[in-house]
Amino acid sequence: MTNSIQEIKGTDAMFIIGSNTSENHPVIGAIMKQAKKAGAKMIVADPRRIEMAEYADVFLQLKPGTNIALLNGLMHVIIEKGLQADSYIDEKTENYEELKRLVKDYTPERVAEICGVDAQDIIDAATIYGEAGKAGIYYTMGITQHTTGTHAVMSISNLALLCGNVGIESAGVNPLRGQNNVQGACDMGGLPADLPGYQKVFKPEVLDKFQDSWGSKLSNKVGLTITEMFKAIEEDQVKFLYIMGENPMVSDPDTNHVRKILDHVDFMVVQDIFLTETAEMADVVLPAAAFAEKDGTFTNTERRIQRVRKAVEAPGEAKADWIILMDIMNRMGDETRYLNPAIIMEEIASLTPSYGGVTYKRLETESLQWPVPDQNHPGTKFLHKTAMARGRGLFMPVEHVESAEITSDEYPLILTTGRILYHYHTMTMTGREDGLNKLAPSSYVEINEASANKLGIENGDRVKIYSRRGELETTALVTDIIEEGVVFMPFHYTEGKANILTNSAIDEIAKIPELKVAAVRVEKA
Amino acid sequence: MNTVKLTINGKQYEIEKGTFVLKACSDIGIDIPTMCHDERLVPSGSCRLCQVEVEGWGKLHTACTTQVKEGMVIHTHSEKVVKARQDLLDMLISNHPLDCLTCESAGACKLQDLCYEYGITEGTYRWEMSKPYYDDTNPFYTFDASKCILCGLCVRVCDELQGTNAIGFENRGFETLVATPFGEGLENSTCVSCGNCVSVCPVGALEPRSKMKFRQWEIETTRTTCSYCGVGCQMDLKTKNNRVVGVEPAFDAHNEGLLCVKGKFSYNFLSHPDRLTMPLVRKDGVLVETTWDEAYNVITSKMKQTKEDFGSDSFAGLTSARCTNEDNYMFQKMFRSTLGTNNVDHCARL
Amino acid sequence: MITKEKLFEIKEKTKPSLVEKLLEGDRVEFRGDDLVLKGEYYKKQVRIALKNCDIIDPTDIDEYIAFDGYFALLKALTEQEPGDVVAEITESLLRGRGGAGFPTGRKWNEAYKFDADKKYIICNADEGDPGAFMDRSILEKDPHSVLEGMAIGGYAIGSDQGYIYVRAEYPMAVKRLEIAIKQAKEYGLLGNNIFGTGFNFDIELRLGSGAFVCGEGTALMESIEGRRGMPRPKLYRTAHKGLWGKPTIINNVETLANVPAIMNKGAKWFRSIGTEESPGTKVFALVGKVENAGLVEVPMGMTLREIVFDIGGGAQDGKEYKAVQTGGPSGGCIPADLIDTPVDFESLGKIWSIMGSGGMVVMDENTCMVDIAKFFLDFSVDESCGKCVPCREGTKRMHEILDRITKGEGVEGDIERLENLSKTVSSTSLCGLGQTAPNPVITTIKYYRHEYEAHIKDKSCPAKSCKALIKYEITDDCIGCTRCAKVCPVVAITGKVKEKHLIDQAICIKCGACYDVCPVDAISII
Repeated sequence: MTNSIQEIKGTDAMFIIGSNTSENHPVIGAIMKQAKKAGAKMIVADPRRIEMAEYADVFLQLKPGTNIALLNGLMHVIIEKGLQADSYIDEKTENYEELKRLVKDYTPERVAEICGVDAQDIIDAATIYGEAGKAGIYYTMGITQHTTGTHAVMSISNLALLCGNVGIESAGVNPLRGQNNVQGACDMGGLPADLPGYQKVFKPEVLDKFQDSWGSKLSNKVGLTITEMFKAIEEDQVKFLYIMGENPMVSDPDTNHVRKILDHVDFMVVQDIFLTETAEMADVVLPAAAFAEKDGTFTNTERRIQRVRKAVEAPGEAKADWIILMDIMNRMGDETRYLNPAIIMEEIASLTPSYGGVTYKRLETESLQWPVPDQNHPGTKFLHKTAMARGRGLFMPVEHVESAEITSDEYPLILTTGRILYHYHTMTMTGREDGLNKLAPSSYVEINEASANKLGIENGDRVKIYSRRGELETTALVTDIIEEGVVFMPFHYTEGKANILTNSAIDEIAKIPELKVAAVRVEKA
Repeated sequence: MNTVKLTINGKQYEIEKGTFVLKACSDIGIDIPTMCHDERLVPSGSCRLCQVEVEGWGKLHTACTTQVKEGMVIHTHSEKVVKARQDLLDMLISNHPLDCLTCESAGACKLQDLCYEYGITEGTYRWEMSKPYYDDTNPFYTFDASKCILCGLCVRVCDELQGTNAIGFENRGFETLVATPFGEGLENSTCVSCGNCVSVCPVGALEPRSKMKFRQWEIETTRTTCSYCGVGCQMDLKTKNNRVVGVEPAFDAHNEGLLCVKGKFSYNFLSHPDRLTMPLVRKDGVLVETTWDEAYNVITSKMKQTKEDFGSDSFAGLTSARCTNEDNYMFQKMFRSTLGTNNVDHCARL
Repeated sequence: MITKEKLFEIKEKTKPSLVEKLLEGDRVEFRGDDLVLKGEYYKKQVRIALKNCDIIDPTDIDEYIAFDGYFALLKALTEQEPGDVVAEITESLLRGRGGAGFPTGRKWNEAYKFDADKKYIICNADEGDPGAFMDRSILEKDPHSVLEGMAIGGYAIGSDQGYIYVRAEYPMAVKRLEIAIKQAKEYGLLGNNIFGTGFNFDIELRLGSGAFVCGEGTALMESIEGRRGMPRPKLYRTAHKGLWGKPTIINNVETLANVPAIMNKGAKWFRSIGTEESPGTKVFALVGKVENAGLVEVPMGMTLREIVFDIGGGAQDGKEYKAVQTGGPSGGCIPADLIDTPVDFESLGKIWSIMGSGGMVVMDENTCMVDIAKFFLDFSVDESCGKCVPCREGTKRMHEILDRITKGEGVEGDIERLENLSKTVSSTSLCGLGQTAPNPVITTIKYYRHEYEAHIKDKSCPAKSCKALIKYEITDDCIGCTRCAKVCPVVAITGKVKEKHLIDQAICIKCGACYDVCPVDAISII
């Protein structure tokens, strides 16, 4: 998030797109509702009539895969009505003319046709966003899990820049991160091209710094992304796979394919708190401590670095992940011993400019949002206050293109997937909570009444779903939450696992799979 | 700053205009009792316990709804005030079960604490009691109306902060009850089990279900960060005998005392029997328990072998969006520094 | 669009034939220039709020216009600035007729001065006191006077939207209001650009569903906003932040019905009626054990004696007058020796009662004061919204004590307990309902403590009203007519014809049927 969660309360307008906020980020959802009550306007764009839609001033129930068209349409209206922030554009951005030219063709009527929404609603939404003094955009995987995901993020950034909403309080571009420490994992260099703090592996000065500190020779070659790793395993390039706290057997698209790969890899180590579907396939499984059993830090979606503290002992011989990793490194010849995570953080701070001022001592009394360049820096509530990261905000106009997979006679429905309130990701944790299982016991598919009628399906019927990659059986939930032609499945469940059906086609830039759009056929089982 | 001068309990103070008397007093360290006040909510003035005497103002005034005014002379604990509080507590305890011996909230009950402080024993008016009503249809918490003092915090949190409006007041007067619309029970309501009502209940009316019995004074608390989504809510783990038995939200963090069903209630996985407790190694196609030493040996010898045979880029690692920054740092350091490859990624995209 | 000329035209067209018709009906007569109802009952009355009641047809706007209806609005809109209207009402010293007596002009002035994009005026027609029907009569019999008063108020404070919050239990009033609003809209007396002045004003009805507490201003607003009608603490003045957070004034029906008259005849005229501090008149619902029950409108300051005896004709059936209760469940009982108290806000306050909305219940020698206190408290217990502790728990406990006293189960210390609870409940409750709920108890203990003591110590009810404390016995006057035995529903009376009968106390349920039927008054209550 460029801005902070609490800033939502001060916003004039919220634009929520591709985020089922009240289910997936419930506390942010609650804060948004508070803001709405206090008088802020709300626009919601989602293929499903999610709870937030009930609070929205304008709800745009768009077809999956049409985000960019909608965003371009909104910008079209804003420019048409002269609601853009002219002086901001002059002073702080570049390439505006290009954007203006591109969105010219995205008239409300045309966009309404592409997105399957009402043209007037597009105009109303654009007016709300354009007229608001401070407007924030909030999005999640509904934006990114498309082959056009990166482009959609650029579009969002275009919209925010157009109305001068980057670099001011209670506004901004705000991806809500799904996992507790996905922000931190990225910050810490859990990416193939990035050392901690997004320092590029191919930059000699960066490499030198880390080589000096770690006393080892580092590779300057950009590594493989998950998708590329899987391909490299298939091609026998990668032999040894080490997985810490992940469960690709459930979370990744095209499960049948993932199984083949994990079967194929020469040697696999899985480190986790439970024997997950993935761990079951490993050669060595290492028992890890859970969050309540170790010390450390998480970095949340608003870049806030927060302490995790040990409250209980880990069961049996389970150990904190960092200890396991250190043990292995020591046995491999790296002599460095860390007494505790605080010392690891000292090393992180010394090598990572944005974490430069973070210490456990400070975290006892302060709440720090990066960048925190030094000990005296108070942290950063919202980004780009004085200048954009790259100097000027660059408009990067992008055209709408269709999803990788479109419906056909054989697969006439669009399947979109997501999370629900009562489970988390692959259910490793929540699947072991009786109460949650009572409230959300099993897999289902949401299907519109009209679609269901055509297929002779009634609420509660068992149905079979087929895609080009696989098939599964699940239960039909006939509902008006979703529109005709689209079906929705939560991806959590092992039985009736949605990712058997999903498409692993990826966004070429960010390598994100298109989990939000797959063509499927539904039949009564 | 726009301030007013006033006198509280004989001392002069200068306080910002518009401040409520309750806040002003708490800022200067004067403790005024209240059962229905919550800084996050619009004052409701329903418990009446925070009443104070203002010279020349006639009847008593609730500190939570009265703003400071120039020249006010306030008494927070005058005889009249204390007497009124005693009478109000007497009314409350008269219509409340005296089952503190078995009540889960004993030791963390505001009614208990205030009755102790104001010397109220068993209630003068223990005649007709409110009709019993018990809702145990939610898997995470129960509601016992006989213990409810109708402070309204749960109803207001559900409405004003959580925006769910699952509960409200039913009936009138002495029959008033906190309930779901049409009395259909929590199970059939719009309740999302966030438990934010439970976190503010000052008595034992809303009670989380715990797998383990404990007394409030037996537990230790540890401030930590929720491990589910990226909001990173701050919370206190309540532990007894090396086991997490409950979770309370932090009120002084960005989540402002709010959690969701997962953060508030879904901690039982920690002590689930399925937890991995020993390293496992595949032998003859089956995963069997082993020692750390053996597990490490298997891994490191394979690592060395692979590096030698196929080079550094034959390693690939998935680090975790679920683990700490320090864990992640160590993971990528192991790959980059020890194994010599940048083949590190994680499921940021899922 | 209505014009000044058109309004005059309607008046001139309607009035002569209407007056002729009314005089033919022989129910009215001229008093000066005004048509008033005929008869002894009306002689001492001065009718302002009720001036059209039972005279005009409330479903015909023309008849209202015939007697100068909407001329006050015309005058305000065409001849006065909003500030002038506020000044006129302030000058008149009109005080809220809903109970508290707050000066209407001051209320209006607060809202008038407060700048906002939207303001509201609410007519509180949620009349709920037991036995009160003042507002209902005005709404049913002269609805336009309320609409006109609201429109004038709207103009004065700068509001274009009014709400009438009326009880759903008044279906006739609702119907009459609906008709009146429709007619006023058709004539352009409500709606946009009234009298071509650019002033817009609309009125909507909101039905309350029977909660007494919704007559309390903040609860009323909660209810209009669509929430449960519970009072909210007054963090801000309603005139600054009221309905939906906008400046709002709430006036009761009778107050608004006075407004057109004041605008027409001037503040000076209004102040010539009533007392210096409480000018004008007040409508009372005179009920209970009184000979001539009904609505009366009298100048403020008239004594209770004049109202109860001169107009009301004293206690029924020649019984001895004992007390009068004013102000409904929030009011107090006034004993016979204070019968010469003038009825105005200040004087009633001095003797622990209140004006209230105008309920006036007359009691005779057979009224038990403990029972009366219980009756009113029963109402408050039932109508407490349940939000605040003292009103919810405290009134319940007071009622329990009163209940046991009337059952002869009172114990030493009960009076003190009642006094203590009364004090706490009245001083600590959130809204007016709770704060005033103990008043009937406070005043009955103050003036009739001996009756409480008799119940508790002697287990007797001096008024011979509490069933548990009385016995019916047959005296030697019995002529053995057997009528009592025949009427007894539980066959407790035995006796031969023409011989003295006997009541079996173990069976008797004290229904009093024998007492009522005995031709020779041979049944006595002990």
